[in-house]
Amino acid sequence: MTPLVFVAVAVAGGLGAASRLLLDGIIRTRVSGRIPWATIIINVTGSLALGFLAGLAAGHLVSDGWYAVVGAGFLGGYTTFSTASFETVRLLQERKWLAGALNGLGVLVVTTLMAGFGLWIGGSVV
Amino acid sequence: MNGNDEDLPLDPDLDAAETPSGASRPIHLRPGALLLVFAGGTLGTAAREALSLAFPPLDGIPYAIFGINITGALLLGVLLESLVRRGPDRGGRQRLRLLLGTGVMGGFTTYSALALDSARLIGSGSIGAGAAYGIGTVIVGAAATWAGIALAAAAHRRTPHVPNGGAR
Repeated sequence: MTPLVFVAVAVAGGLGAASRLLLDGIIRTRVSGRIPWATIIINVTGSLALGFLAGLAAGHLVSDGWYAVVGAGFLGGYTTFSTASFETVRLLQERKWLAGALNGLGVLVVTTLMAGFGLWIGGSVV
Repeated sequence: MNGNDEDLPLDPDLDAAETPSGASRPIHLRPGALLLVFAGGTLGTAAREALSLAFPPLDGIPYAIFGINITGALLLGVLLESLVRRGPDRGGRQRLRLLLGTGVMGGFTTYSALALDSARLIGSGSIGAGAAYGIGTVIVGAAATWAGIALAAAAHRRTPHVPNGGAR
């Protein structure tokens, strides 16, 4: 990886993180309740997008540099594990066992399926 | 109301919080907040990328991303619990949360790579490894978050505090 691509990955991650704050706020003003829908939606859409991009990259429709910048950079910064984990623990601390389990393991299953689906779609484009 | 609104709109710490009409602008629409998260996210992503380049996956299992997500989960637990015990989420505390929490830890940790690598392991027939990687990250991550919260709570109890120290 060239220094320029590395810097572009980092800056794209910053843009992804700022996009996450913006979308998180927009979703939170529209959806109330204890289920952290904002983070769930962010992580599900980001996983679908990364899968799709990886499918395109596997078919050489996207260069390695752009895959790194958009995938590891933007989508890596857009999605987040630490906040998701914190929200799971908060639900468990409030004894909302089912919601906590679904926010932890349920979201893992959905994001993994979405990444696999994106990978398949992206690989089918070729 | 979205929980981000300020209870004390006259707080001098709320430098960027006021619109000309006097209404409190939601945090996600403040340029200063977005800039802090951008800066933190850039640093966090750079650290993640450097570590994942230095420690490439072994047998398709991205140990670097696993370590990053667990470490980030622990540190976010420490950070958020430390901040909430020091007072309400505004002013300098809010800026630290945005820079270090939403920005650095948010950019350092990643969910999309976790989902894609799990899907790839499972799709290539390593169903046990893929499931263990995904489920292991979520469960060890939750334990790390919980440990981080407990560490910060214990540190707070040991530290003597000035009365009204949070009322600046």
